[in-house]
Amino acid sequence: MSAAEWRRAMNTGAGRRAWSRIPGGPEAGGAPPSSATVAMVAAPGIEARIGALLGHIRLRHVLVLAAVLVYPWVVNSFFAFQIGGQAMALGLIALSLTFLGGYGGMVSLAQMTVAGVASYMVAIFGVAGAAQGGASSLGWPWEIAVVIAVLVATIFATLVGWLSVRTEGIYTIMITLAIGVSFYYLAQQNYSIFGGHEGFNQVYAPTVLGINFRDPIPFYYLALFWALAGYFFVKYLLRSPFGIALQGVRENPRRMNALGFHVTAHRVFAYSVGGVLAAIGGVLMVWYNNRVSPGSASTEMMLNILIIAVMGGMKHPIGAFIGAIVFVLVQNFAIDIIARERFNLVIGGVFLLIVLFSPDGLLGLWAYFRDRFLSGGIQSKFKSAEGG
Amino acid sequence: MLRRKVGLLGTAVGVAMLAVGTAQAQDTIKIGALTNLEGPFAVPGQDGHRGVDMAVKLHNGMAGGKKIQILKYSSDATPDKAVAATRKAVEQDKVDIMIGPLSGDEGIAVKNYSKTHPEMVFVNGSSGAQATTLQDPSPNFYRFNTEGAQWMVGLGELALSKGYKRMWLVAEDYGFPYSQVQGFMASYCAMGGHVVKKAWVPLGTKDYSSIIAGIPSDVDALVVVLGGSDAVNFLNQAEQAGIDKPFVGGSITVDQTVLNYKGKKRESLLGTASAGPMADGIDTPAWKKFVADYKAQFPDGFPSPSLFAYLYYINTQAVLLGLDAVNGDLSDKQSKLKAALAKLEFDGPAGHIKLDENRNAIGSTYITEVAKAADGSFYNKVVKEVPNVSETLGLSKADFDKMGLGNRDVPNCP
Repeated sequence: MSAAEWRRAMNTGAGRRAWSRIPGGPEAGGAPPSSATVAMVAAPGIEARIGALLGHIRLRHVLVLAAVLVYPWVVNSFFAFQIGGQAMALGLIALSLTFLGGYGGMVSLAQMTVAGVASYMVAIFGVAGAAQGGASSLGWPWEIAVVIAVLVATIFATLVGWLSVRTEGIYTIMITLAIGVSFYYLAQQNYSIFGGHEGFNQVYAPTVLGINFRDPIPFYYLALFWALAGYFFVKYLLRSPFGIALQGVRENPRRMNALGFHVTAHRVFAYSVGGVLAAIGGVLMVWYNNRVSPGSASTEMMLNILIIAVMGGMKHPIGAFIGAIVFVLVQNFAIDIIARERFNLVIGGVFLLIVLFSPDGLLGLWAYFRDRFLSGGIQSKFKSAEGG
Repeated sequence: MLRRKVGLLGTAVGVAMLAVGTAQAQDTIKIGALTNLEGPFAVPGQDGHRGVDMAVKLHNGMAGGKKIQILKYSSDATPDKAVAATRKAVEQDKVDIMIGPLSGDEGIAVKNYSKTHPEMVFVNGSSGAQATTLQDPSPNFYRFNTEGAQWMVGLGELALSKGYKRMWLVAEDYGFPYSQVQGFMASYCAMGGHVVKKAWVPLGTKDYSSIIAGIPSDVDALVVVLGGSDAVNFLNQAEQAGIDKPFVGGSITVDQTVLNYKGKKRESLLGTASAGPMADGIDTPAWKKFVADYKAQFPDGFPSPSLFAYLYYINTQAVLLGLDAVNGDLSDKQSKLKAALAKLEFDGPAGHIKLDENRNAIGSTYITEVAKAADGSFYNKVVKEVPNVSETLGLSKADFDKMGLGNRDVPNCP
């Protein structure tokens, strides 16, 4: 659909209604979008677009970017790799769920499975160590293996979408759960291709231009690059005609259908887009773990992605990464807080508290505190409005 | 305002951490111990930690004149978690020596990780995959326990001596049972036995009816290499299906959990042969002292130490003995400790242990049979001790390499 079509759609009531529900950029929390955002979408000139983009950059964006760039140099290799790198890779997979769930209204548990397919493809087409189960990889160069991996995983995600888009709510969750579990058992019991229970070992990240991406800092930057790329891509896409139509579909599919939008096509395409993000996350995960086995795409991992997305908050793409950072930190350090045998209690407790006290995850918590304390609180605003 | 407060807090925390860091004096050696405290092996994993604690306590908490501090870590039996926990111990908590992990696939992954930290010593916990030391071994990974294939050496001879010439096999479909089956079949096949058919089932299989229906009527006995609930389910269903053939079990098939289950089949388990690196009924003073120490130290533990407590115990004991030998000297990338461990020989609770050139243990295997104690409980009575079992299963290196590591199809003698 072209921008012109979108503008026509905008003039109808349905379009305006969809607009009003679009979470508005980093200022999140369901605030209505500023007129500048609307102008940016509508403005055709490249200069105007860049100008509008630059106009959006705030001090906090620069601070966050500087922080993530400097981060690996001020911490040890453990924090750079296991906390930073892993959080970025998991965040990217969770981002695909945030995109599908938060903006398309389709909660797909199979995003980890898509990532798992990509991981397996890297191992199967690329170089991996010999497995006792009898499967062997083709040993092709990593560039080709990665391209195939992302392609295959995206096609897989599209098929998942094609199968599940006609369902709603809990049925989407069930059907994607079923697909994920089926893939887990396929990988577990197929020895000739997937290597069975053991999977593939010694799947190493490549060395490019003398930079070994197995090392903590290069891997961190690799993951960071793709995390940022995924983040900005999603942010851009959400303001594109497709993204806005997708949110329209989330709000009222029948109305969008009546307006002439192909609802199913929009949803399936959303799955494909989410598939690309999850696939890149999957490639990063196989390089992070140096291995892939059915456990990499188990039900537990599928639920972890859901936990990350929900905990971070699904109202804004950044939620996926915030959720991933908190998740990885809790998972690694809970054992230091409490008796060794009971540390899962801490993990569960933290998640429960976050979801219980803030239905919108950590982002909702942040929005609450900002409104309450940093800008004088909502009530004082009302008062001043009344006074004026 | 808030930001400044957060910044201040951050600085304060940083300073506090630094203070803790410097307070850590050089007369303490930090050892990380990784087992499973979650997932399918959470209960055995707890017993693994008991093994570590017990070894340190029996060494008076000191080794080489230095205080030993144990930091505990947990995995859930997946290699990813095992490596993540090991990385945290090594890179974040800066342990000097690492002990672990618990299961086979984890062991392979941690061995591969150990290559990225050649400056320190990694010692196995209880993992028993052959590939850990036979394929691409790591120069700083030591395993003072024997592995899955070694644990079954000698059982083939016993089966033949009982007249089991044709056998049917059921085993779980992953690395550890592959090793166990190879340990059994290597000698069994060489001496003229036949395993007519192998049924590989996924880990956690609950319904064995179709498998049991496929048991040929002309076999003499069954080889059952299943563990935990899989073993109980199989034995129950075989009983219901009226299978009356004798069994030969793997190292974790007829352990205490299986022997204590209630059912008529339990009686028919009497006489079932199995093998392993230890047995409840070893009749030596060293073993009896080990069991007595365990019972005294852990009244809430198992009635007698499990396989995992034993394996973690001997690996920890080896580290402490090595530290004694070098007076706790960890300088020069722990080179003295590495040399001392490589040539360390000692008498553990269940036999003499030394290392081969791949730093894997050469030790004893115990052939056992299920027997009834005076109080009516069942236990594994030692029939025979096979000393000095090597990782090549008594074959020459060339013969073993020709056979290769065990998998679904190796060895084969239908």
